[in-house]
Amino acid sequence: MVRVLGWLSAFALAAGVVLAFGVAPREVSQGNVQRIMYVHPPLAWVAYVAFAVVAAASVVYLVRRRPGADRLAHASAEVGVVFTGLAIATGSIWGKPTWGTWWTWDARLTSVAILFVMYVGYLLLRATIDDRERAARYCAVLGIVAALDMPLVHFSVYWLRTLHQPPSLLKPGGFTGSGAILTPLLVNVAAFTLLYAYLVAKRARLLRAERGALA
Amino acid sequence: MTFARRALVVAWKDLLVERRSKETLNALLFFSLLLLFVFQFALGPDRERLAGVLPGVLWLGFILSALLALGRTFLIEREHDCWEGLLLAPGDKSAIYLGKLGANLLLMTVVETLVLALFVVFFDIDLGRAFPGLVLVVALGTVGLGAVGTLFAAMTAHIRAREVLFPVLLLPVQIPVLLATVKATEALLLGEPLGAAAHWVKLLAAADVVYVAVALLTFDVVLEG
Repeated sequence: MVRVLGWLSAFALAAGVVLAFGVAPREVSQGNVQRIMYVHPPLAWVAYVAFAVVAAASVVYLVRRRPGADRLAHASAEVGVVFTGLAIATGSIWGKPTWGTWWTWDARLTSVAILFVMYVGYLLLRATIDDRERAARYCAVLGIVAALDMPLVHFSVYWLRTLHQPPSLLKPGGFTGSGAILTPLLVNVAAFTLLYAYLVAKRARLLRAERGALA
Repeated sequence: MTFARRALVVAWKDLLVERRSKETLNALLFFSLLLLFVFQFALGPDRERLAGVLPGVLWLGFILSALLALGRTFLIEREHDCWEGLLLAPGDKSAIYLGKLGANLLLMTVVETLVLALFVVFFDIDLGRAFPGLVLVVALGTVGLGAVGTLFAAMTAHIRAREVLFPVLLLPVQIPVLLATVKATEALLLGEPLGAAAHWVKLLAAADVVYVAVALLTFDVVLEG
C-alpha cells in the first residue's frame, strides 16, 4: 500500500516536471522564473494540509488515546515543517528577481514564517520529552492551540500589510488564468499531495517500528 | 466547594506564598527596572527616535517580565514537592488552571504597573487621554499572554530545558497578541481615540476567549499522570 503510494507520487512528480518545464508556456513578463510557481503553491498547500492533519490527529488522540493518532500527528508535523521550509525557500528564490528582495514582512510571508516557528517549537517539545505518552498528550494540546491560533495570526498579519499577490487558484469566482498554466499547476498539487501522503505513511510506520524496537 | 471557590483557593494559596516569601515579585520588579537601563542604552537619548519605538519597547518590557513570571507558575509546587498535593485537589482540574491564571494575572498587573510608571517617568510619555484605552489594551493583552502562558507552564514544568522551551513555545503562539497590543498602543500614544484601534481590540478579545476556552478544555489532559 505504502509502496503503491510511493510509485504513484513518483509518476505524478515526473509528470509535473515534464508539464512545468516542457508543456507550460514561458511567461511573458517574468520569464522562466515563473515556473517556480508550479512548485511553490503546491508546497504551501501541502504545508497547510499537513498542519490541519496534525490538529485533527491531535483531537482524535485526546478523545480516543490511540497511539496511531499520535504517530500520525508526529509524522505529519515533521513533513509539514519540511514543506513549509521549502515553500519559504522557493518563494524567496522567486521573490528576488520578481519583487527585488529575498524576503519582506508581507502578511502571507509573515504568517507562513510564524507557522514554521510554531511547528519547529512543536517538534522541539516532542524531542525534549522522553516519555512517549506524556509527549503525545502535550503535543496534542500544542497542536490544537497552534491550529486555533492560525486564524488570529492570519488576521493580525493581514491587517499589518500585504504585498503578496492574491491567491489565483483558491479565490471566489475560481481560476481565471489560462488552462496552459492551470493544468501543470494542478498536476503538481496532486503530485505533492501524494508525496506528502507517502512520506507521512512511511514516517508513521518508522515511528511504530521504533516503538516496537524500544519496547 | 464550588468550582469558583476552588479556583479562588488555589489563587489565594499562591498569592499568600508569594506575599510571605516575595520570591518572584521582588526579583521581577528589580528585573523590570534593569530592563529600562538596557532599553535606554540600546536606544540612546534621541527623543524623536524613542517616541517611534516606544510602544514596541513597552511591550517588550511586559513580555520579558511576563515570560519570567509565567514560567515559574508551577515551580512552587515542584520545588517544594507539593505537586501531588495540587493534583489531589478534588473536582475539575480546570479550577486549578483558573486559580493559577488569576494569581499570574495579579502578579503581571503589579509588574506592568511599575513598568508603565517607569516608562512615564524616564521616557517622558504623556499618557493623558490615552490612559483608559491603554488600560483596556494592557488588560486584554495580559489575559492573552497569561492564558496560554499558564497552560504552557504546566506543560513545561516537568521537562528538561524548560527555561528555554517555555518561551520557544509561547512566543510564536502569542504573535497575534503582540502585534495587536503594539499596534493599539501605538495608535493610543499618538493621541488617536480607542475607536481607531477597534479592530485590534476586537482581535485581542477574540484571542482571549479562544485561549482561555482551549486551556480550560485541555488542562485536564496536561495534568494527568
